[in-house]
Amino acid sequence: MKGFKFILSLFLAIGIFYALNTKLGQIPPLGKFLAPNQGIWQNEVTEGETSEIEIEGLSSPVQVHYDEHLIPHIFAQNNSDLYRAQGYVTAQNRLWQMEFQTHASAGRLSEVIGEAALEYDRGQRRKGMVFGAEKALENMTKDPEIQGYIEVYRDGINSYIQSLSPENYPVEYKLLDYAPEPWTLKKTALLLMYMTDMLAGYETDLEFTNLINKYGRERFDFFFPDFFDVNDPVIPAERDWSDWNVSVPEAPEGDFPLDFISDVMKKPHPDNGSNNWAVGPDKSYSGNPILANDPHLGLNLPSIWYVMQLATPEKNTFGATLPGALGVVIGFNNNISWGVTNATRDVKDWYKITFKDESMNEYWHDDQWKPTTKRIEEIGIREGKTYYDTVVYTHHGPVSYDDTFKGNGEKTGYAMQWTGLLGGNNQRTLIELNGAKDYDEYKAALVHFLAPAQNFIFSSREGDIALWIQGKFPNKWKGQGKFLMDGSNPEHDWQGWIPQEHNAHVKNPERGFVSSANQHPVDKSYPYYVFNDGYEMYRNRVINDFFRSKKKFTIQDFKDLHNNNYNLKAAELLPHMLKVMPTDGMSSEEMAYLEEAKKWNFYNDIDSKGASVWEAWWNELRRMVWDELSEDSLAMEKPFAYQTIYLLKNFPEDTFMDRVSTPEVETATDLFTASFKEAVKDLNIWKERLGDYNWGDVKATYVGHLLQALPAFSRFNLPIGGNSGIVNATSKNHGPSWRMIVEMSDPPKALGVYPGGQSGNPGSKFYDDLVDIWAAGEYLELNFMQSANNTSGVVFTQTLNPEK
Amino acid sequence: MKNLTNFILTIALGLILSTFLPWWAIMVAAFLSGAIVRLRNVAAFFVPFLAIALLWIVNAWLLSNANDFTLAKKIAVLLPLNGNVALLLLITGVIGGLAAGIAGLFGNQCRAILAKDNS
Repeated sequence: MKGFKFILSLFLAIGIFYALNTKLGQIPPLGKFLAPNQGIWQNEVTEGETSEIEIEGLSSPVQVHYDEHLIPHIFAQNNSDLYRAQGYVTAQNRLWQMEFQTHASAGRLSEVIGEAALEYDRGQRRKGMVFGAEKALENMTKDPEIQGYIEVYRDGINSYIQSLSPENYPVEYKLLDYAPEPWTLKKTALLLMYMTDMLAGYETDLEFTNLINKYGRERFDFFFPDFFDVNDPVIPAERDWSDWNVSVPEAPEGDFPLDFISDVMKKPHPDNGSNNWAVGPDKSYSGNPILANDPHLGLNLPSIWYVMQLATPEKNTFGATLPGALGVVIGFNNNISWGVTNATRDVKDWYKITFKDESMNEYWHDDQWKPTTKRIEEIGIREGKTYYDTVVYTHHGPVSYDDTFKGNGEKTGYAMQWTGLLGGNNQRTLIELNGAKDYDEYKAALVHFLAPAQNFIFSSREGDIALWIQGKFPNKWKGQGKFLMDGSNPEHDWQGWIPQEHNAHVKNPERGFVSSANQHPVDKSYPYYVFNDGYEMYRNRVINDFFRSKKKFTIQDFKDLHNNNYNLKAAELLPHMLKVMPTDGMSSEEMAYLEEAKKWNFYNDIDSKGASVWEAWWNELRRMVWDELSEDSLAMEKPFAYQTIYLLKNFPEDTFMDRVSTPEVETATDLFTASFKEAVKDLNIWKERLGDYNWGDVKATYVGHLLQALPAFSRFNLPIGGNSGIVNATSKNHGPSWRMIVEMSDPPKALGVYPGGQSGNPGSKFYDDLVDIWAAGEYLELNFMQSANNTSGVVFTQTLNPEK
Repeated sequence: MKNLTNFILTIALGLILSTFLPWWAIMVAAFLSGAIVRLRNVAAFFVPFLAIALLWIVNAWLLSNANDFTLAKKIAVLLPLNGNVALLLLITGVIGGLAAGIAGLFGNQCRAILAKDNS
């Protein structure tokens, strides 16, 4: 009996230990997770302790002053100490995110969350994300100065990781039951690739191929013209390019592949874009240039941005950093300020590859069989067998689509050529910008930046404003890369590059301001062939019209413009809809909604009902116009809003107005009525659910935790207006991820805010403390400390000391 | 009396061992005090259960209270407990208590089997 009890209790003890020490499905290992000495209770801390820490490799002490929003102001004696400290401090606040994002970039999420992520991971590998990161690392390590900096940055992160014991791991590690691994140089390259993919990874070439092969060139050009009927480009149309000696390759004769593609890889968010603008001395209330930027990205916690001040005796820089990359990405120093918006240029093209046989060892190019190379991608799967994926490479790049992945047969593949895989030295651009003193140094810094192409806006204390569209752009023949190309035809290959000095740019334009909002980069006079993956047509015109509207601009004007909810798209279509749509036979309920639309001032403010009516109506309408495309079994892309509206107003009887699901043949006016009736249903649902249908509640903007917006760690129903296509581009889960305004006074005065918080720890009060400030359209006054000794505004200080 | 001794010993060992062992420190603590101070019947489970439940709840409460329960409120949504922090504390206590209670039982039985061998 005693023996039985002993055995039973032994098994019980082993059983309970196992059950509480092991992650079971989605449930974290509850013993570990809830133990006060090891689990989540240890993460119940808000940063705020003055401390002294010894860090291996520092040459002199580094002061890290934290202000009331946990923004670190780092004062080091030299660059090596500075970037080591940046690594340490960033890791201290954002370690889990840094690792997770680089895992996501590298296609390693299956290692953390299991087989559910395999398809995603394969996609990342097949895009060449790791290949591209290795290329970038190769380039960065050819530059001894940059190599030195990314090494000390890595070492700083690793000093922090080594200082941790399991109870100090960020809470996400405890939730998913894994541990941080050491940082590597490659991870910095992967983080840069992550951004490159986010910003230069969007294209719709295969969708366009389906569209043109099904409907013909005339229809395609009608739906997707190279230029719309109006154009307010990034580089003002007045810019004269005639003194350049330009050669553009001749478009080849011959055919394009007539393939149809039913399934394409998941794309980055099409709204990834941004606004920036700057006024020169003549248009500034004070005579100092003023610059603003707000990059529009997915709204996540922890935020993609981490704000820092980075100072040495030689330079003093402040702004938004990307955890994982060194230096400030968008910011200012005492002499210049700069910001970026996405250039959205089409720099990713597709080639149809014909293989000799199923082995995919050889492909046809230039009338001969040429050897492919292969990369075996090893994808570790948590609680599963490692998956090996062979990715074939041609001289174009990775054959992302083949018979094993969304392909079109055993001997056919689609290979990608992408500037993202060239491997630039983006870190050099950032490091040089951080210390740049004037226009010439800004211009020189940009040269190293290949992808993702950005509209780099600039202003200086000397009074210059400028904008360069910087990236490495293939010098394409007209129409090259819009559609799937013939991978066997050398004439379809990229023929060369637009010389860097011929990248479109403007300095101190006549009009006194520069701006960009992901619209057309140039007008028709630019001598090179330009094609973008998307054309913004609304934010840019609202911004430019605002700066044309008066003589002088203040900081308040800049704030107002960031928060401007004017819906130009609605203003261009809604009055027309209201005018032509017959209202006889409408119910009193429908008439009431219509009244709200008529009363509406075209501002997507939080308390607006008219905005909700418009948004519901427009969504239904756009869906009905392009039902032919969305109901197609092939991958298709709907034309942009601007051209859709152009069609509705000018070609109301176009055959696309017909709805395939109805026996009648509809016109635009019929669609207005039908979509309005559908919209009323949506509005009624909202009204029932929310009690009312104010735009802010209907939109219900949220900032989601990086783990699929885990509700516990996310913020929902934020009271903020705007929408996609509005200067305040805040849609449901996307929008201004960092808002910055800098006046180039002496020293510069700067404002900034982002929807997040400096700490990545959900247990910290700094985890999401900026979210409400951001939603309210307010800003932090950035405390640009001019010396480590002037400690006004400092709440606590960490001193990082060399090891004794 | 034995109950109280075991209770105090479990807490004391739990406290000390938890400073350098992982979460299962409390299993070791309950095991040791179960082996040192033998208890009868259900007490062999419930005394270490209550001791560690109390230790964990108080410890967790102290850590969380100092930070206004910022994280506890979120974990109580995650688990999902409707945001109820008291319930999260209670579950924390029950989890620790269960592990300790069973380890205590096991300690008790180990002592019993050794006692038999000695006789």
